[in-house]
Amino acid sequence: MFDMIDLPTIWAGLLAVTVLIYVLLDGFDLGIGILYPFLDKDKERSTAMNTVAPVWDGNETWLVLGGGGLMAAFPMAYGIVMSALYMPILAMLIGLVFRGVSFEFRWRHPSHEGIWDIGFFAGSFIATFAQGIVLGAFVQGINVEGRAYAGGWFDWLTPFSLFTGASLVVGYAFLGAMWLIMKTDGGLRDRLYTMALPLMSAVFASTAVTSLWTPFLSPEIFDRWFALPNALYLSPVPVLAAILAWRLFVNLKRRNDNKPFFLAMALFVLSYGGLGISIYPYVVPRAITVAQAASPDGSLGFMLLGAVVFLPLILMYTGYSYWVFRGKVKEGEGYH
Amino acid sequence: MEFLGLSALDLARMQFSFTIGVHILFPAFTIGLASYLAVLELLWLVTGRDVFIQLFKYWIKIFAVIFAMGVVSGIVMSYEFGTNWAVFADKTGPILGPLLAYEVMSAFFLEAGFLGIMLFGLDRVGKKLHFAATSMVAIGTFFSAFWITSANSWMQTPVGYSINDVGQFVPEDWWQIVFNPSFPYRLIHMVMAAYLTTAFVVGAVGAWHLLRDKTNGGARMMFSMAMWMAAVVALMQIMMGDAHGLNTLEHQPAKIAAMEGHFETHKGAPLILFGIPDMEAEETRYAIEIPKLGSLILTHTLDGELKGLKEFPKADRPNALVLFWAFRVMVALGTAMALVGLVSLWLRWRGTLYDTRLFHWSALAMGPAGFIAVIAGWTVTEVGRQPFTVYGLLRTADSISPVEAPAIATTLATFAVVYFTVFGFGVFYVLRMMGKAPVGQQPPLDIQPTVAIDSLISATSGKGNSNV
Repeated sequence: MFDMIDLPTIWAGLLAVTVLIYVLLDGFDLGIGILYPFLDKDKERSTAMNTVAPVWDGNETWLVLGGGGLMAAFPMAYGIVMSALYMPILAMLIGLVFRGVSFEFRWRHPSHEGIWDIGFFAGSFIATFAQGIVLGAFVQGINVEGRAYAGGWFDWLTPFSLFTGASLVVGYAFLGAMWLIMKTDGGLRDRLYTMALPLMSAVFASTAVTSLWTPFLSPEIFDRWFALPNALYLSPVPVLAAILAWRLFVNLKRRNDNKPFFLAMALFVLSYGGLGISIYPYVVPRAITVAQAASPDGSLGFMLLGAVVFLPLILMYTGYSYWVFRGKVKEGEGYH
Repeated sequence: MEFLGLSALDLARMQFSFTIGVHILFPAFTIGLASYLAVLELLWLVTGRDVFIQLFKYWIKIFAVIFAMGVVSGIVMSYEFGTNWAVFADKTGPILGPLLAYEVMSAFFLEAGFLGIMLFGLDRVGKKLHFAATSMVAIGTFFSAFWITSANSWMQTPVGYSINDVGQFVPEDWWQIVFNPSFPYRLIHMVMAAYLTTAFVVGAVGAWHLLRDKTNGGARMMFSMAMWMAAVVALMQIMMGDAHGLNTLEHQPAKIAAMEGHFETHKGAPLILFGIPDMEAEETRYAIEIPKLGSLILTHTLDGELKGLKEFPKADRPNALVLFWAFRVMVALGTAMALVGLVSLWLRWRGTLYDTRLFHWSALAMGPAGFIAVIAGWTVTEVGRQPFTVYGLLRTADSISPVEAPAIATTLATFAVVYFTVFGFGVFYVLRMMGKAPVGQQPPLDIQPTVAIDSLISATSGKGNSNV
């Protein structure tokens, strides 16, 4: 039954979408944490946290599906990538520990609020920076011999990976700010509007630098983007980015609360698509292809059955949860 | 390459056992607590009695904190297979990966998706939908136990696979893989362990507040419910443990030999109550034995043959010292739990369940018993699987990532510091919440000791607050 379908490609696509959903959803959660130091201690921080308190756990689960799915669908790639990116992956996990518990711990002791404000910020910041480093280190290439990683434990550390780390911090902060503009009002929203344009400029600048830097990492990526006729097909990508920048600018100026968030998400989707163009058809860039690393069809087919049943359900009840907690969260409106 | 005399393998094993050992404590509690919350909310919907919603609100705050700790320590696990055990992940990924993916899709999303509504949504969705959300979270915890226990059991009793040309385990029969021979036993044993863990924590909190004020209606209700659970499940668990042991004897006789401290093969084997198994000397020193009882328990005949560890090559033996003692800790605690359950039935029959202070102190002391028993039990089953990750097929030493020892040492030290700090705070907050009486302090009413429980409960119930 599965002979008709190219299961490895389907799973590569599903996992790419999974990671994209994770980046979009946990992106704004983590962004709120990154923005925490700039928010007022008394009320704004509580309000900001409450805008995501009911949904953050579900958002983070997409990361678990990404990890588990990679192990299931491309076990060799999972082993190679995790060994190669050992330090940043574990830094991310430890960051997520601090970030996750802060949602609960912050409310549990009147004099400990400050500790978990720091925990929430530092956890979000470390997790995001580490994710950005993982992204950069992944794109720049991993040293593979046979079926295993063959490099040292600091190979990931390069100017490029540090730059992508910093870029993601700015990017998530921007997503978080757009989310808060949509979900709050009053002084908190005003404060975010004042931060919006500088943040947006930083995001577009770092995206531009990353986009120009990436093709120079390898001739293969360079040709993918700049050799004819590819260059023609891909020329809409920067044009779309420019249009998004314009729409964001206009809507932020007009103080349209809802649109900037979705435009910011669109920018992430576009950048992610550009990344995919640079990586395809590899699952470990320029070392292991999707087809080489794939589990046998017996595994992929069994799992696809589950995905067909469960993923629509997941999207439905996740949507329901967002709908239940729709609308703006008022200052002082606490759930706890 | 070594670090402080420890090899990368030693460090990776230490890191995995530490992070999984901490993690298992949280689900061991939340699997039972989620069901308990669903039961409380159902009782509230059906009877309308305030005491149930008050207990629900009392325990859901504790649940939220424990659940968050379970989530963050669990994510670590899903990546550690790759970071520390890359070869294992590569070889077993085609089989264990889909099981984990099913766990994420059927369980983690369900729990996380409805947790928000469960914690914050009562006002927004109404009572019935809220109960549905609570039930979904409870069902999610069970699905999670189902898949992860299936994956673990396949590592213990691998079936339904073949090995391909690059050395990976690949699936031949998913039904056999999911329902592998040790899975049903391990699943039921683990879920009952989770229920018992929860029952003894709830019971200890109830006992603590009864010691301070035996008229507290909330404390009486939680103590009573917990003791019912203990009485019913603890005895079932002992029977289940016996069945699980027989299953292990069939599939992993070396594990049983190590648990029993037997190095020699016996017909009519004694039960060694206590002793110190010595792996080097291949004998159990200072053994105190009961003749024939070992064979009676494990083969259900007096002269049944039990294989000793010497039947197995030295390189294939699990550590008998650890297994022997971990097993005894688990059995002792299980027996103590059953005893508490039985005494509670007797006191209930005599009508003095809420008045016997010595029993309340005992229940309080037994509060952590479930956690210790769970750790001891998992030590038995996991150390007993050694020196393999996939029993008999893939050695632990051949499963490790090509990561240098200092890297693992660094992250191990970081995990130790972070876990003790963060989860130390978490435990402090939980104990602090448990220290608060479940329903507001009693007004000094002139209630006679003979008054019916129902009127007590209505007297102690405060204003219902729909905002959880």
